[in-house]
Amino acid sequence: MTAIKLKPVDAVVVGVGVAGSIICKELAAAGMRVVGIERGRMLESQNDFAMPYAHDELKFEGHRSDILQNLSRETLTFRNNMGETALPMRLHGSFKVGEVVGGTGVHWGGVSIRFLPWDFETYSRTVERYGKDALPEDCTSQDWGLSFDELEPYYDQFEYVYGIGGKAGNLNGVIQPGGNPFEGPRSRQYPNPPCGTPYSASMFKKAAESLGYHPYPTPTAGMTEAYTNPYRLMLGKCVNGGFCSNYGCAMDAKATPLTTVVPSLSKHDNFELRTLCNVIRVNKDSTGKRATGVTYIDARGREIEQPADIVILTSYAFNNARLLMLSGIGKPYDPVSNTGAVGKNYAYQVTSHVRLFFEDKEFNPFIGGPGLGASIDEFNGDNFDHTGLGFIGGAYINASAGGAPPIRVRPVPDGTPAWGSEWKKTVAHYYKRSFTMSAHGGCQSYRSHYLDLDPTYRDAYGLPLMRLTFDWHDNEKKMSDYVTRKAVEIAKLIGPSKISAHAVKGKYSIVPYQSTHNTGGAIMGADPSTSVVNKYLQSWDVSNVFVVGGSAFPQNSSNNPTCTIGALACWAADAIKEHYRKRPGPLV
Amino acid sequence: MGESQQHAAPVPHAFGYLTQPEVRFLDAAVARLIPADELGPGAKEADVTYFIDQQLCSPWGTLSRAYRMGPWPVGTPQQGFQCPLTPQEIYREAIRETNAYCNKQHGKVFSFLTGEQQDALLRELEAGRIELQSLDAKVFFETLLKNTMEGFFSDPIHGGNRDKIGWRLIGFPGVASASYVDHAEEHNVPYQVEPVSILDIQQQRAEVDAQGYPKHVVLHRKA
Repeated sequence: MTAIKLKPVDAVVVGVGVAGSIICKELAAAGMRVVGIERGRMLESQNDFAMPYAHDELKFEGHRSDILQNLSRETLTFRNNMGETALPMRLHGSFKVGEVVGGTGVHWGGVSIRFLPWDFETYSRTVERYGKDALPEDCTSQDWGLSFDELEPYYDQFEYVYGIGGKAGNLNGVIQPGGNPFEGPRSRQYPNPPCGTPYSASMFKKAAESLGYHPYPTPTAGMTEAYTNPYRLMLGKCVNGGFCSNYGCAMDAKATPLTTVVPSLSKHDNFELRTLCNVIRVNKDSTGKRATGVTYIDARGREIEQPADIVILTSYAFNNARLLMLSGIGKPYDPVSNTGAVGKNYAYQVTSHVRLFFEDKEFNPFIGGPGLGASIDEFNGDNFDHTGLGFIGGAYINASAGGAPPIRVRPVPDGTPAWGSEWKKTVAHYYKRSFTMSAHGGCQSYRSHYLDLDPTYRDAYGLPLMRLTFDWHDNEKKMSDYVTRKAVEIAKLIGPSKISAHAVKGKYSIVPYQSTHNTGGAIMGADPSTSVVNKYLQSWDVSNVFVVGGSAFPQNSSNNPTCTIGALACWAADAIKEHYRKRPGPLV
Repeated sequence: MGESQQHAAPVPHAFGYLTQPEVRFLDAAVARLIPADELGPGAKEADVTYFIDQQLCSPWGTLSRAYRMGPWPVGTPQQGFQCPLTPQEIYREAIRETNAYCNKQHGKVFSFLTGEQQDALLRELEAGRIELQSLDAKVFFETLLKNTMEGFFSDPIHGGNRDKIGWRLIGFPGVASASYVDHAEEHNVPYQVEPVSILDIQQQRAEVDAQGYPKHVVLHRKA
C-alpha cells in the first residue's frame, strides 16, 4: 500500500489526552502549525454525557464502555514473570485505558495531588538517608533528572488550567494549617477552595487528628465553585452526583481535557485535530537520528504519512513505549543484561482498602465527588523513618466519598456469602452503613518489571502487542502491610462494628480493577544509558522526538499520576516553545 | 448495548437469544442467587433473566470489544479470562451441559430440582467441581453471578431491576439529584427518596430540573 503523503507541519502530537491536549494548545497558541492525531473518537458532553444517560452504570461498566480502549483492535499481553508465556488481556480489568479525545482523562477519578519532592529523587535521597543497602537489590528506581522545584511552576499552571480545589499546606516554604504539611513548597494557593467534609471524612479526620496526624482536604478536579480557566473555558460547580470515576460529567464540573482544553483548540486555525486515526510508527530519515513525521491508518483504512519537524508522543504509557519500539527509536531494555532503556521501569501503584461497617450510622454513599474527602500524608514517600522497616516508599491514606453506583460498589464484611439470602440481607443492611478508607501506595521499579514486544500476539494492523511482565515485589508487599495496619489503627478509633482490611499480597492479577496508574517504559533521567528521554522529555536518540506522559516516571509515586502528567506536559511544551524552536537539537 | 437502549417500552419477555428451556434454567438459577424472601422480591421477580437475554443480544453477547485472537492456551488465574467462547456460547453450552449433568444425577433438569439441590449444584459450579465438556464451570458461574448482580442493580432501561427492586433493597436513589451537594456534609441523616431511573425520566414519570437532573421525592427524613 502506498501511503498518502501530506504537507509538512511544525509539530505532530500523537494522542490527545491529558498531556497531548495541553501540548497542542500551548504550541498552537505560540503560532506553530500543529496536528493532533487521536485513535479514538470525538466526544461532546451534550451528546455523549447527556442526562439522564450519563448516570447509566451498566453503559460505562468496563466490558461495555465505549469510551475505553477497544480491545478487539489492540490490547497488551501479560505475565507475572519471564518464565511464563504472556497471554492477551482480553477484557478490561486491573486498569481502564481510554480511547477517545481526552483519553483516560475523560473518565478519571479527579484526584489531583502533586508528587512529593522525594518522588523525584527517590534513589539519591534513600541512599543519603539510609545507605545503599536500603534499596532492594534488584531495584532500578532512579532520580528523574528534574526536581520538584523545577516542575513547581508547571504544577501551578496545570492546576489553574484544571481548576483544582484544595488547601495549600506549604506556601513558599511556610506551613499552612489545614493543608498537607508534607507537600513540596507551592508558589500560590489552589485556584479553587477545598472540597467539603462528608460524614465519613469527618470521622476519619477526627480519628487521624487524635493520633497526631494532619488530615487535609484531598485536592479535587471536581469544581468546588464555578470556574473560568486561563483558556477562557467555563466549568460548572460540582453537585456531588457521584458518577465521576468511569464517567463523563454531565455538568461539565469535572476538569478533563474535554472541559478544560479541547474546546479552546478550535479557535486556532493553525491547529487540526484528526480523530479515529491510529499512528503505527514514527518515521526516521536515513541517518536514523532525525524523525521525519508519523504514519497512521485513518478511519477509512488509508495509510497516511504526516511529515513534521517535531514529533511528540503523548499517548498512554504503554503506547508511548510501544511506538518507540515499533519505530526503532532508542535501545529496547533487556532485563537479562540490564541494558537498554525503552520498556524499562514499568511500575503500578499498590492500593489496599480498609472497609468500615456500622450498625446505626448512615453515610448516603451515593452522594460523592472526585476525591471528596480527606487524606493524610504521614505514611507517604519518605515522610516517616523507614529505619528497620525493610522497605522504602509508602502510601497516602484517605477516606473519600466518590459515589457508590451499586453494580461496582456494594461492600459486605469478610465472610459474607457471595449470593443467597444471607448475602441479600447483609448487602441491604450495609450498603448505606459502610465506607472505605484506602492506603494508596507507590511502587518502585525493578529489573524484572518491564515492557517489550510480544512474540506471538498482534493487533488489528498486524503489529506486535506490548508485553507486560510484572508482579508485586516484596518491598511493596511489606509497604502495603505496614500502611494498611496504620489505616486499621485509624479505623479502630472510628469504632465501626466490623472492619475488613486487605493489604496487597500474593501475585499481581490483571483481573480485578485496581487503578489506571501505569507508569514507565519511556523514562526520564540524566543518563542516556539508563533513560529514554532527558529532563525535557526529549529523546536522547532522536532529538526531534519528545515523549510525554506517565511513561516518563522512573518509578511510581503514591499520588495519582494525572496532575504530574499535566505538569510534565506544560513543562515540555515550554521547553519546545522557548528552547527547542530557537535552537533545534539536543537540549541537554 | 446502544441499540437495546433505544427500544421504547420493549414487549416484556420478548426473548431475543434465549430459548424457553434456557429461560426456565435461568429463572430457577437467578432465584437461588438472589432469592425472594422476607426482604422482598429477588432476581427472578426483577426480570434478571430478561436482562441477561438482552445483554446476550447486545455487543457484549459476542464480546465485540474484547481481544479475540488466538492462540488460546490455558493461563494462570492472574492472566484472566481466556475462554474462546462468547457469552452467547457460554450460556448455550453451559446450560445444556449442566442440565445433562442434572439429568444424569437426579433424573431431572436443573429447573425441576428442589431449592436445596439447586443451591448445591450452583456451589459445585462455583467451585469448578463439575466437569463441563466445553468450558470451566467456574467461568460459567462467574458470568452468571456477575450478570445476575448487573441485572438486579442496573437501570431498568436494560430490562432488569424491574420496579427498581434492587435499588429499593439497598436504598440507592438511581439517577443523581443536583441537590446532593446540599446533603454532602450532613452527618448520619439518611437520604431516603423514591429512586428515579432513566426509564422513569424517559417515560416522564419523574420531574427533572433545567440540567436534566431528577427532582427526588423524599420518602421520609429523620428530624
